[in-house]
Amino acid sequence: MDLRFTDKELAFRDEVRAFFKQALPPQIRNRITSGHHPTKDDLVTWQRILNAKGWAVPHWPAEWGGTDWTPVEQYIFQEEMQLAPAPQPLPFGVNMVAPVIYTFGSEAQKRRFLPRIANIDDWWCQGFSEPGAGSDLASLKTRAERQGDCFVVNGQKTWTTLAQHADWIFCLVRTDPAAKKQMGISFLLIDMKTPGVTVCPIQTIDGGHEVNEVFFDDVRVPVENLVGEENRGWDYAKFLLGNERVGIARVGVSKERIRRIKQLAAVEMSGGRPLIEDRRFREKLAAVEIELKALEITQMRVVAAEGRRERGKPDPASSVLKIKGSELQQATTELLMDVIGPYAMPYDPHSEEGSNEPPVGPDWAAMIAPNYFNTRKVSIYGGSNEIQKNIIAKAVLGL
Amino acid sequence: MDFDLTEEQRLLKDSVDRLLADAYGFDARKRIVASEGGVSPAVWAQFAELGLLGLPFSEEQGGFGGGPVETMLVMEAFGRALVVEPYLATVILGGGLIRHAGSAAQQAAILPAVAAGERRLAFAHAERQARYDLFDVATTARPDGEGWVLDGQKGLVLHGDGADTLIVSARTAGATRDLTGLGLFLVDASAPGVSRRGYPTQDGQRAAEVTLTGVRVGPDAVLGDPKGALPAIERVVDEAIAALCAEAVGAMEASLQSTVEYLKTRQQFGTPIGAFQVLQHRSAEMVVALEQARSMAMLAAMMATAPDARERRAAVSGAKAQIGRSARFIGQQSVQLHGGVGVTMEYQIGHYFKRLTMIDTLFGDADHHLGLTADAGGLINS
Ligand SMILES: Cc1cc2nc3c(=O)[nH]c(=O)nc-3n(C[C@H](O)[C@H](O)[C@H](O)COP(=O)(O)OP(=O)(O)OC[C@H]3O[C@@H](n4cnc5c(N)ncnc54)[C@H](O)[C@@H]3O)c2cc1C
Repeated sequence: MDLRFTDKELAFRDEVRAFFKQALPPQIRNRITSGHHPTKDDLVTWQRILNAKGWAVPHWPAEWGGTDWTPVEQYIFQEEMQLAPAPQPLPFGVNMVAPVIYTFGSEAQKRRFLPRIANIDDWWCQGFSEPGAGSDLASLKTRAERQGDCFVVNGQKTWTTLAQHADWIFCLVRTDPAAKKQMGISFLLIDMKTPGVTVCPIQTIDGGHEVNEVFFDDVRVPVENLVGEENRGWDYAKFLLGNERVGIARVGVSKERIRRIKQLAAVEMSGGRPLIEDRRFREKLAAVEIELKALEITQMRVVAAEGRRERGKPDPASSVLKIKGSELQQATTELLMDVIGPYAMPYDPHSEEGSNEPPVGPDWAAMIAPNYFNTRKVSIYGGSNEIQKNIIAKAVLGL
Repeated sequence: MDFDLTEEQRLLKDSVDRLLADAYGFDARKRIVASEGGVSPAVWAQFAELGLLGLPFSEEQGGFGGGPVETMLVMEAFGRALVVEPYLATVILGGGLIRHAGSAAQQAAILPAVAAGERRLAFAHAERQARYDLFDVATTARPDGEGWVLDGQKGLVLHGDGADTLIVSARTAGATRDLTGLGLFLVDASAPGVSRRGYPTQDGQRAAEVTLTGVRVGPDAVLGDPKGALPAIERVVDEAIAALCAEAVGAMEASLQSTVEYLKTRQQFGTPIGAFQVLQHRSAEMVVALEQARSMAMLAAMMATAPDARERRAAVSGAKAQIGRSARFIGQQSVQLHGGVGVTMEYQIGHYFKRLTMIDTLFGDADHHLGLTADAGGLINS
């Protein structure tokens, strides 16, 4: 047993770190450090920098641009990206739909979509959830009816992240309403410019616009945009959701936030001295750091075992990482609230765009409360923490 | 021992609830928050008519002689309806300072106008470096002939942009963190040298940063002892904390109620999600947290007027710490049990969460008051 990286892995880490340091545009880095969401341009710029280097899609098969990195190297790469801190690549393309396409798609689909995903020439969004189908995803109702060489799609998706920028959406649609819940679902790729597709914004509690409703009104989708077999969509969706294991915990993001907390607590005054000198605060911070260290090691254990994993066998790892990872993302945003104290209060709706007026409080304060509010989402989306606990209890413990 | 309301108190509660049900539904509140100024003059006039704006003032002061229980009832109702009007700023903080520190002449000049809804007050006290320490004041007041000249920066002045009169704390002697040497001064908000930058807060209320540059005030502007204002400040802030505790209880109660309603109606897996035992237990834990908070809010209300300042401050701090914890749990879980809709602007539940979060940071968060309670030797007598 050895927690240390090998010399080869350390050399790899240094190479990645040096590249990120040199290649990440400072204004993008600053935006992330100050808690702002990366803009569309930031994501595109960064993805293309990575693609030019050959690092846009390291986890893909080599023929489509993947690298031959080991799971540990993949892990190091991801961690360094979060620590840089660089924008996380838009997951809907590179992490979600692409693996489905290269695993189950046709040759034509692979050639058409994969290179454009790697270079983010197409912006993808995920059309799974519906108003009536959240945790109970299989109850989805959006209908796709075969008419000649088209599917005609009618229905509604919701919570569709960043659909306002999207060129394409991958959807779960019901193609056989007579079949049992999970059986009649297909996986369809839909061009957002098709007539009948409408996107409506949903405002989140922090005032941001990251999610949308997407309506389909007699949308004609060519049959060649069906992935794999008709009515097998649920299997592909399960495959897609099961892929996000390592990285789901966002340990690097929480680590980076802890660093920031320490930096800010060293300048923020409390009781006439820097907050970091307050023992009660330090203990609270240390408690979160202990949990984070534990999760980091748990994550490394998962990475180390990745090669030996039996596919299709229930495995608590994803759920443990998701539950604790989301709790720690939330705990670190709460600690930032503790650091800023009363100056969390001013609401500055223009702080996103960078207005001419200086912020009301210190310039690092404006996003702290909005991020705390917004981060409540991480225990809701991607399988809520209650659902994750059900998985552990039922599938893993057999209760 | 008696936790029952008197007949008058029940009437007061009912009439406030009725007024808010008519004038302060979620959509009406949304419009008020989005309006110029961010408050409703019409609702303020209704508060005046109902006697709420002079509720805690004595009859000689132009009020109705209500005590902390009456304030608690009003604030709970405000919490349930997420009222954004400047009641705490004008009546509890501003009115409280004038009641406790002002001369009879100052009271007569100001309080009846406040009760009539014609004059709004704001307490310009907090400063950037002070965090939650009430004595930490760098703003200065220099003697100038008969009067004073004020210079300094005040921050997070609740409803400071809409106030007619600011009550400014300033140092007449000593260093920034001294306990003595503080004075309170009445300053016309439009006086030369006063500049205000108003802004919305995260929870849809208003606040302002106030800069004072060579602001001249006369001798009649001093409230009480110009070198010994801290006890009055602490007393009024304790009353404000007790009021905020009550508001938080109202907000938690409504947040829980609306969550329970959601659990009964939202269907997943072919059943209302309230059928899942884990969500039933979570809701039950929220009830426990709410009742603990309610009890401590009552303690704060009853102790806010206690003659012994040490005892009063320990009880109020204990209450604020409890409220902070309960509010965090109930706020977060209300959002969680709503799923995706919990994090949207459109649903009411996120607005309760935001208000509860901001109440925690007002006048000291749970950690701060935990520390004060511990420093005071706790709440259980040895
Ligand atoms: C910011 C954000 C971004 C999102 N982005 C996308 C996206 O891009 N694409 C997409 O398809 N979806 C997206 N989602 C949707 C997300 O996956 C759903 O919100 C999630 O599946 C929960 O569904 P729901 O919101 O309908 O809540 P519900 O399923 O209604 O859940 C409500 C509450 O009940 C609990 N619950 C439900 N069932 C059970 C059970 N069996 N046992 C115990 N508790 C239970 C839940 O945990 C939750 O607390 C996003 C959501 C958010 C908030």
